[in-house]
Amino acid sequence: MLSKKNKEAFFNPLSKDNPVLVQILGICSALAVTASLEPAIVMGISVIAVLAFSNVIISFLRKTVPTNIRIIVQLVVVAALVIIVQQILIAYNYDVSKKLSVFIGLIITNCILMGRLEAFAMHNSPWPSFLDGVGNGLGYTIVLLIVAFFRELLGSGSLFGFQVIPQWCYDHGYMDNGLMILPPMALITVGCIIWVHRARNKELQEN
Amino acid sequence: MNKIEPSFRPGGKFAKLESVYDGMETFLFTPNTTSRLGAHIHDGNDLKRTMITVVVALLPALLFGMYNIGYQHYLAIGQAHTGWFTMFLFGLLAMLPIIVVSYGVGLGIEFISAQIHHKEIQEGFLVTGILIPLIVPINTPLWMTAVATAFAVIFAKEVFGGTGMNIFNVALITRAFLFFAYPSRMSGDEAFVKVDSAFGLGDGTLADTFTGATPLGQVATNVGDSLQMTDILGKPISCMDAFIGFIPGSPGETSMIAILIGAAILLLTGIASWRIMCSVFVGGLGMAALAHALPSATYPASMLDPMTQLCLGGFAFGAVFMATDPVTGARTNVGQYIYGLLIGVFAILIRVYNSGYPEGMMLAILLMNAFAPLIDHCVVSSNIKRRARRAAAKE
Repeated sequence: MLSKKNKEAFFNPLSKDNPVLVQILGICSALAVTASLEPAIVMGISVIAVLAFSNVIISFLRKTVPTNIRIIVQLVVVAALVIIVQQILIAYNYDVSKKLSVFIGLIITNCILMGRLEAFAMHNSPWPSFLDGVGNGLGYTIVLLIVAFFRELLGSGSLFGFQVIPQWCYDHGYMDNGLMILPPMALITVGCIIWVHRARNKELQEN
Repeated sequence: MNKIEPSFRPGGKFAKLESVYDGMETFLFTPNTTSRLGAHIHDGNDLKRTMITVVVALLPALLFGMYNIGYQHYLAIGQAHTGWFTMFLFGLLAMLPIIVVSYGVGLGIEFISAQIHHKEIQEGFLVTGILIPLIVPINTPLWMTAVATAFAVIFAKEVFGGTGMNIFNVALITRAFLFFAYPSRMSGDEAFVKVDSAFGLGDGTLADTFTGATPLGQVATNVGDSLQMTDILGKPISCMDAFIGFIPGSPGETSMIAILIGAAILLLTGIASWRIMCSVFVGGLGMAALAHALPSATYPASMLDPMTQLCLGGFAFGAVFMATDPVTGARTNVGQYIYGLLIGVFAILIRVYNSGYPEGMMLAILLMNAFAPLIDHCVVSSNIKRRARRAAAKE
């Protein structure tokens, strides 16, 4: 069940082979939904769910799908799952689904998904594929949460919508940084995280 | 200095502070090591002297800026007959903390960064550190200036490789950071005229008719077919006032005269490119004339005549001290004309037709900073093509 290879499939994407930090995939949505923590965490869970199940389904189909139409088959599977996630969100968490707007739908075009389906699920059996999907989804979510943490803290002075920076700071002239709410700062924050990550993992540094 | 040198070399007590020692030594003394082999340019004009010249060129704008801060302040509290020295002293005291913070934060980061990479400390911040207080509104809280300076030095300079490697003008990034992060403190009534006292100097209550908006700020919110700019007490002002500089605004930008003196110093010493400087003014003048030819009440700035347009706001300051930055600007001769012309055109374009930004100079220069390498590339490759054709025709 948890052989060395399966463990690698699950744990590598968390840090050493992180889809956002190392492969630089899924940046677009990482910039768009990270202005505060709540949409970021919902987005993360959605991506984990879609990625894990599409990996499993494609892994089951991998021997029957003709190579020349495999991309279309993968897209159909992902699109179906995304629509399910979207409907669930609209039904149970309408506010957040409005905040995320098109970005749930755009999970279909998230490079992480196509990347994992092509690179992993097409060549591996369902169980490792499932672990790989969850691992990559988690790796994506962790980065999203770190970015959203800093953006919400510095940009709105709150976490999960609760005020954390005390009022007396504002009374003494502190102001929220409006630039943190804008997408450019998300890019710079991701850049900083990559910077720290590479500084800690020397083997990832390119020359 | 020589006595304490060994303790800073590798193995010594303070080996970790080697860069700091090096920086201080070359700052205070002429280094006694010269290159011995090979062909080298024999000119004493090194980076340090270039930087100092720019600082000297900035002095008129700085001194006038200080005086003007005091002038606006005493005007606002209804004591316009205060002596000029008191006014200057007030401005000096008001600006001093900003200058200290700007240099402290910026140089601090440069020293640390140089120490980490075991490199020599570069002098690039000498100019940036004095530019920042000149373009930041006087009422900006010090911690905001500190945060913005730190951001600009780290993300616009150090990550690109330090002095001489930056793509964007560091001082302008500081300003842009403040502008987008804390928009409420960067515009409107309260940003540009210091109304409270500086270190206990200049107490007083505001005059009833006080309004702190800059001329461009008034233009942007102007309604109707006629346009009349006023000073902070509501009296009308003319193009001449803007030329001399007795208008509210960021410290360095108000006086066209002071800026022109600086421009003369830069051009006579050959440090700034006259191509860029002239073409910025030509571009701005052309665009302003075009806008003025088609005035409309929807875009109130189009009713300004071209000369006033150039005298107001940060246009002249940007053209003389920011656009000519040799690191971030275009380097080929033809490229410099294109680069400057487009800065002028964009600055007025943003000013007139984008009501969200009353001043467009900052954004225009940053935009063209990004395009400068592309312009240079096009100029160089078209030159190569032309010469290749000429060579082919001869054969």
